[in-house]
Amino acid sequence: MKGSIYEVMAVIGQAIINNKQLLTDLDAAIGDGDHGINMARGFEAVGAKLQSLEPDKDIGTILKTVGMTLITSVGGASGPLYGTAFLRAANLGLGRYELDKEIAANMLAVAITGIKERGKATRGEKTMLDVLEPAYDAFVEAAGAQKSLIECLESACESARLGVEFTKTIVATKGRASYLGERSIGHQDPGATSSYIMLQTLLEYIRC
Amino acid sequence: MKKVINVAEHVVEEMLQGMALAHPQYLRRVEGFDVLVRVNSPVGGKVGVVSGGGSGHEPAHAGFVGRGMLDGAIAGAVFTSPTPDQVYEAIKAVDSGGGVLLIIKNYSGDVMNFEMAIEMASAEGITVDKVIVDDDVAVENSTWTIGRRGIAGTVFVHKITGAKAETGAVLPEVKRVAEKVIANVRSMGMALDSCTVPAAGKPSFILEENEIEIGMGIHGEPGTHRESISTADEITTHLVNKILADMPLSSGEEVAVMVNGLGATTLMELYVVNRKVADLLGNKGVKITKTYVGNYMTSLEMAGFSVSVLKLDSELKELLFAQADTPALVQF
Repeated sequence: MKGSIYEVMAVIGQAIINNKQLLTDLDAAIGDGDHGINMARGFEAVGAKLQSLEPDKDIGTILKTVGMTLITSVGGASGPLYGTAFLRAANLGLGRYELDKEIAANMLAVAITGIKERGKATRGEKTMLDVLEPAYDAFVEAAGAQKSLIECLESACESARLGVEFTKTIVATKGRASYLGERSIGHQDPGATSSYIMLQTLLEYIRC
Repeated sequence: MKKVINVAEHVVEEMLQGMALAHPQYLRRVEGFDVLVRVNSPVGGKVGVVSGGGSGHEPAHAGFVGRGMLDGAIAGAVFTSPTPDQVYEAIKAVDSGGGVLLIIKNYSGDVMNFEMAIEMASAEGITVDKVIVDDDVAVENSTWTIGRRGIAGTVFVHKITGAKAETGAVLPEVKRVAEKVIANVRSMGMALDSCTVPAAGKPSFILEENEIEIGMGIHGEPGTHRESISTADEITTHLVNKILADMPLSSGEEVAVMVNGLGATTLMELYVVNRKVADLLGNKGVKITKTYVGNYMTSLEMAGFSVSVLKLDSELKELLFAQADTPALVQF
């Protein structure tokens, strides 16, 4: 396992940029068709911002930079939601240069709480929470069973993948997709998809 | 995609430059931000009134910046809410000490970004409050959605709230009036054809040759249903009946009407629509005190229109008729 948080964020950003069209197409089907465009714009700004940082910064500083940059460059609903998530996680990373299972789980927990507060949403409403909460639950369960960090992340990603599939089966009650009512069934949620892409990219990065 | 643009990513920036150059007597750019404010901002002795949202709705929102309407407007990316730092800059630029009222259209992104800006401004000691416009009767207001959308009726909120602020009223009073407008305005739209977001490069949705969408939102969000195109009178009757079902009007009541073009629909057609709106309301004995026909809250080059009806009392009527001097609306 390798890796600075700096590299992790660069790789995650690139994955989002690579999936710009997919995310935009998913959003066009049930929302206003800008999720990929906005997220790609945000992570391009993140990339530029991280390059201007000294590479020896602690995890908290890097995540705070990511959060603030997303908040000031993405717009829409995803900017405040992802931005808040990274800012909350950053608080637990101040002064740290390494992550263990416990801190990683706590970061995910406070990020999820931030998203819930900002978006006034709960699980089951066809949002990114339908990916992030099951992922967190699976991570904590695996950690409790004394699995390694990679095994915990593998469990989290599998639950996240199922979470994306689950969003196809439910009606949206948050965001613009909520106006579709029953017509939103059958479509996977773009925000849930971008959350899954981030987790999966993190796993693949740590694996290799 | 066929558009008069240079680079898709520069559309908003170049539009803002063009607006500031076109209307120097009204508008000033807040340097480094996608914010246009009244040229003499902050205007002393009054509450600042700020609105904004995604671009692509021109003349909204910056077109309504001027005396008697808005103090500032923030332009997000096309159809995308502006970010909190941009809204915060607008708040700072227009606050003269009396506080600022934000007029937000009811979309998840807009509400979240504007609320974060309120938190930032409050931390700096600026008093900021907000109202959320949700005039679109096409979508159900239930626990299963995020509530109704804000569409063209927002322009009435800009007009009347701005007029109230111009009188020197304090922030709670300005907010009270804004909420009164929101409680008494209803809108519904329809689309004949789609629009193309420059950065997307292809139409947001597809309507067949003879197909229209009833209840279409101003970002191409789905409406209530699709149907075959019928006559102007039939379509207008459907929209007005939906509005009246939600806000019953009785004989003798006074209203203001807005027939708003979404971008690609001719004034000729909008006047045809207005004739039917007047007919329908007149038959109910409702008195139309003031009518606006034109492009006020567009949706890029979408073809279609919306109808807004605002129920007036003496207070709202007086403020609606008050003077306004802005790039897109002048009333004397």
